[in-house]
Amino acid sequence: MADGCAIVTGAARGIGAASATALAADGWPVVVNYRSDRDAAERVVAEIEDAGGKAIAHGADISDPSGIEELFARAEEELGTVLVLVNNAGVRADALSPQIGDEEWSKVIDTNLSAAFHATRRALRPMLRARFGRIVNVASIVGLRANAGQANYAASKAGLIGMTRTIAVEVARRGITVNAVAPGLVETKLAEGVGNGLAEAIPARRPGTPEEVAACIRFLCSEDASYVTGTVLTVDGGLSA
Amino acid sequence: MPTAVTPEAVEKVIFAGVEEIGAEGEITRDAAFEDLDLDSLDLVELAQIVEDEFGVELDGDAVKDVKTIGDVIDLVVARA
Repeated sequence: MADGCAIVTGAARGIGAASATALAADGWPVVVNYRSDRDAAERVVAEIEDAGGKAIAHGADISDPSGIEELFARAEEELGTVLVLVNNAGVRADALSPQIGDEEWSKVIDTNLSAAFHATRRALRPMLRARFGRIVNVASIVGLRANAGQANYAASKAGLIGMTRTIAVEVARRGITVNAVAPGLVETKLAEGVGNGLAEAIPARRPGTPEEVAACIRFLCSEDASYVTGTVLTVDGGLSA
Repeated sequence: MPTAVTPEAVEKVIFAGVEEIGAEGEITRDAAFEDLDLDSLDLVELAQIVEDEFGVELDGDAVKDVKTIGDVIDLVVARA
């Protein structure tokens, strides 16, 4: 285990919370980033501490670049060099394309894609110096195949996948891996209302759980995944198979 | 606190940094990055060392024409 810490964005609930918990169980001190739900983030920290791990909650709107800088500064000051970054924070603003306004477009791209880039850029230099790093971007199968009503979300997630592959090849020779997971329908607050009638179409006949996605993220962040980079791991119960 | 930028201080830090990054061959002002077997990613890393030490930022645009160790030293001194 390298000497440093992990940041998980959007970690107050869902896939982010499960990932923070899983990384802490692997021994990483974790920064649980949240935007607005401080109580939920504190509960994640308490759960990690109860299990013998180390974590701090940090509120920051990461769609604002200054929020990213504060997040990393706090992490470095309290927990050490950031060697693991999980870009999980994401929002949805679904509508058919003619009805997506500029604000719904920008908000989704800014949070899901641009913030992940800003955080990755900030993380890379110290990782290059450390000759070690693990970055996992939480994309979506919507970034790989169509789902009507999510043009903005799909564009952000497809962008995340292109960014993942490109940065992976740029830094591979320094022991830094960059991968994406592409969850299908997962039981989270973000996915509320998306899955109506969809479970029938999933070969596994059920939605996934945040823990099932977090288990994949945990693997991609581990020493065992040292030769896995630039890949997109679908976690969708066979939906896109 | 960042170290004060003098040509001597910058040279010292950059020579040490280049060695740490794994330069192959003799490190002099006139040595080209290519001849030292250093690539674009090494240059990014050197920029980070410079920023940490002197608080001088070297962005992608600034370093794209850099060829030798001396070029980087001059750039840092000029930007301080």
